Amino acid sequence: MPGITREEVAHLARLARLELSGDELDHFAGQLDDIIGAVARVAEVAEQDVPPTSHPLPLTNVMRADEVRPSLTPEQALSGAPAQEQQRFKVPQILGED
Amino acid sequence: MTVTELVSYEAALAGYDPVMGLEVHVELGTKTKMFCGCSTELGAEPNSQTCPTCLGLPGSLPVVNAIGIESAIKIGLALNCEIAEWCRFARKNYFYPDMPKNFQTSQYDEPIAFNGHLDVQLEDGEIFRVEIERAHMEEDTGKSTHVGGATGRIHGASHSLLDYNRAGIPLIEIVTKPITGAGERAPEVAKAYVAELRELIKALGVSEARMEMGQMRCDVNLSLMPKGSTTFGTRSETKNVNSLRSVERAARFEIQRHAAVLESGGTIVQETRHFHEEDGSTTAGRIKDNAEDYRYFPEPDLVPVAPAREWVEELRTTLPELPRLRRNRLREEWGVSEHDMQSILNAGAVELIVATIGAGAPSDQARKWWMGELARNANESGRALDELPITPEQVARVAALVASGDLNDKLARQVIEGVLAGEGDPDTVVDKRGLKVVSDEGALGTAVDEAIAGNAGIADKIRGGKVAAVGALVGAVMKATRGQADAARVKELILEKLGVSEG
Repeated sequence: MPGITREEVAHLARLARLELSGDELDHFAGQLDDIIGAVARVAEVAEQDVPPTSHPLPLTNVMRADEVRPSLTPEQALSGAPAQEQQRFKVPQILGED
Repeated sequence: MTVTELVSYEAALAGYDPVMGLEVHVELGTKTKMFCGCSTELGAEPNSQTCPTCLGLPGSLPVVNAIGIESAIKIGLALNCEIAEWCRFARKNYFYPDMPKNFQTSQYDEPIAFNGHLDVQLEDGEIFRVEIERAHMEEDTGKSTHVGGATGRIHGASHSLLDYNRAGIPLIEIVTKPITGAGERAPEVAKAYVAELRELIKALGVSEARMEMGQMRCDVNLSLMPKGSTTFGTRSETKNVNSLRSVERAARFEIQRHAAVLESGGTIVQETRHFHEEDGSTTAGRIKDNAEDYRYFPEPDLVPVAPAREWVEELRTTLPELPRLRRNRLREEWGVSEHDMQSILNAGAVELIVATIGAGAPSDQARKWWMGELARNANESGRALDELPITPEQVARVAALVASGDLNDKLARQVIEGVLAGEGDPDTVVDKRGLKVVSDEGALGTAVDEAIAGNAGIADKIRGGKVAAVGALVGAVMKATRGQADAARVKELILEKLGVSEG
């Protein structure tokens, strides 16, 4: 029986850098378990001859020519950045003190 | 952290068999990024080659670069791989600011090329077959600058700065199957494999594959198993090893380190390691545990790639002669030893010599100049041979001037020096510097007479039978003519005038 445990939800939250309280974990674990259970019913209907779908359109090989198109200016690129320095995106410390 | 006392290489190999896995990333030489039309030109101002797609802004959609796919197929074919009839991209999710999207678009369980091999030739001529697991398409990350720590290291940095010009440049990752049975030659095999792969990539014209510029980089996975065992040990992964020599050193160091840990009853930790150029050692990086849960899933914004078989076969017909076979053919044509050919390859001179021969020079002359004077100059100025400001055509012209007797070797070296100094092409340098062999017998005769008169003592010795002393007189004449005489002719003239015959 597919489903998701509270521990798995906590693990995923950590991977997604989401801080969840104990109450929230209980709440979301229950909801997600319901959702996964509902989606799993699709698998019961699909026979072996139905391949999994990752895209709703029956398209393949959509490609573009290797031709340069205008980029944003650095000012435009950085316009949404919370912080910048030396024309670069400034991000907080990546590794904590060891 | 404890420092492990290394076991000697010989002792390590006496007890264990190394198993390697090599992952090589190649940056393709496309004009634009893998999923958007931003330029890939190097050296641009920070964040001047980005767009909503490669910045991961909401609502943007990627479209794959046709040359990226074509290059991946060519690499796969040249590595004797099968080419997928249908494959998808996948999202590799991770939080690290080098990717503004918070995922890297890559391929997971459906690589475009798989199950191949590459035969590499070791220095003594032995052929070793390296099996290829897969080659898949992905994209490069942005460039981080760490501020506030010691010497730009991430440890101790107060914050980091990101330039996303490189984010999204197409990469092909080529992964070998476990390389077993190489024994003590494992480090040499690793180096030869990466070298051969680099030559192949260059021959295909899909990338310049300059390792020193990060266009090609290698991760070395290595483990040891006790001799006689067939169960692989725990591996370490030494990341971003960026020269051929470093690949060999990293493998060698890890063999010694693993053996030391195992011998002392310890266990190898599965982790990434950093290689240090200064002393050839590696140190621990991240521990690879379940925290590295990439949650791959098929990329919903890109449709599958299904290369038509006709296209694949058409690309197969465009593949160049394999570098190893071509080198062996050239080696026979030039009549040089395996060892000399290896030196020529290591010096990056193969194509330059081929081009110089193509411009009319005899092969021995082409080799002589590129591997002699020019290799020395490149070495001294810290440049690659093909970065020197002299063309194969110019080298061929110098060789032609020597062949016609207009220049001797000494003058030819001066002409090359002039070309390298930007004084113009060989004929211009000859004119400007007045470099011509003095072939006027009258002028030469006068110089010879003067040399004999000015060195009477030496002349007497020669008359007395000490023919070897003639060198001093030849030297005097060459000096007087500022090197512009044909030394062999000068020697003949001196002996003639002194009435002595050689031998």
